[in-house]
Amino acid sequence: MKGWKDLEIGAITKAGSADEYNTGSWRAFRPQWIEENCIQCLFCWIYCPDSAVTVKDGKRGEFDYLHCKGCGICARECPGKKGKKAIVMVEEGK
Amino acid sequence: MGKKLAVTGNQAVAEAMRQINPDVCAAYPITPSTEVMQRFASFVADGKVDTELVTVESEHSAMSACIGAAAAGGRVMTATSSQGLALMWEMLHIASGMRFPIVMPLVNRALSAPINIHGDHSDGMGSRDCGWIQLFSENGQEAYDNLIQAIRIAEHDDVRLPAMVCMDGFIISHSIESMEYLPDDVVRNFIGEFRPKNPLLDIENPVTYGPLVLPDFFMEFKRQQHEAMLNVKDVVLDVAREFEKISGRGYGLFEAYRLDDAELALVILNSAAGTAKDVIDEYREKGIKVGLLKPRLFRPFPYKEVAEALSSARVIGVLDRADSLGGFGPMYMEISSAMTTNGAKPLMINKIYGLGGRDFMPEHVVQVIDELKEIAETGNIRLQKDFLGVRE
Repeated sequence: MKGWKDLEIGAITKAGSADEYNTGSWRAFRPQWIEENCIQCLFCWIYCPDSAVTVKDGKRGEFDYLHCKGCGICARECPGKKGKKAIVMVEEGK
Repeated sequence: MGKKLAVTGNQAVAEAMRQINPDVCAAYPITPSTEVMQRFASFVADGKVDTELVTVESEHSAMSACIGAAAAGGRVMTATSSQGLALMWEMLHIASGMRFPIVMPLVNRALSAPINIHGDHSDGMGSRDCGWIQLFSENGQEAYDNLIQAIRIAEHDDVRLPAMVCMDGFIISHSIESMEYLPDDVVRNFIGEFRPKNPLLDIENPVTYGPLVLPDFFMEFKRQQHEAMLNVKDVVLDVAREFEKISGRGYGLFEAYRLDDAELALVILNSAAGTAKDVIDEYREKGIKVGLLKPRLFRPFPYKEVAEALSSARVIGVLDRADSLGGFGPMYMEISSAMTTNGAKPLMINKIYGLGGRDFMPEHVVQVIDELKEIAETGNIRLQKDFLGVRE
């Protein structure tokens, strides 16, 4: 590990380095994506306070569970299809 | 040469800010520093500076906006007093921890309660441990000179720390004194262009400010700040030497007044030091070897140099315009540390004076010097810590 002489002053680090760390470990509930109910509105991607909804070619993919804190905002905002949510929260360990 | 004129301390500080022409000022008014930003706001309105002035809803917001502007890459200033500084408290640590060279005049005023608007050092001393450089000023000229020098000190590559420049509320901030302004171009050449470090507005080189730093790295960053503080002394002296060339006014880490052979010594900050000098002259005429040490740089504190300057003193009276209630005054603690860690064991007393702007008169200096004399003769200290001019 770097010592005080080698660290950039003021704890300034390169941008986007949170991507390199697992910060999803304290999650109590995990969001589960149910693809058949998904209309690809990407509300989950917009509302996610982290960057835990992966998107490729304009379509969402699986959650990034290394960074999802389980806040549940995506599940709440998800409009789903015909009254069926495309994201539901499931208790961890169950 | 500069212009000689009669101005208040606040006016002098506002003039220095105009000449410094910072990129951003964020401020909230509070007595007795209000006039600084009021005058500066006029400079902004009249187009005499290029500064973006952000009028915020509190001092907490003022320092927060200063921190944001400093992170963006600007040269940033604000001004405050007393409760305003107290409200900034958590942000003061963030400014120093993020290593932003923000420069702030602090017009010293007592902290409530009871509410009081007059000058004492409880605000500045209360922020002693916030990681800011602290320069103290006896009068308006020193406040003006210190503010210009503070820019160079704070922004120096070996330092990169915020700095506050203190002067006594009302006694200095609102009194008109004769002093000298430097020409604008001289000040601008002296302070030079601001060189931001890792500015957020440099979008080609994005960085993260304010990451979570846990026990595995936190101490390393504090050790860095200590190192920067250790570098301050040399930078202060270098900047002072350069400043003397443009102004003819010399500065050091402190002022030693008739101290070389002094057996009795006083230690006093700011305006009260001026009062003491006159009284010391009278005692010197009577052949009594008394002198004064007036600290200029309080953080970092130059322990070794202060101890050397006080080395001839057998008895030292340390006067504090702030109290650590239940302890000694903050200056006493520093002088005591300076002497003992350098192996000296003078007899020392602590006098608390001037709280809430209580007048500090020549007779108070006489009282203290007479007591120092008595201690030198008898070796007895009646009260280690006492209050000057307080009614029973």
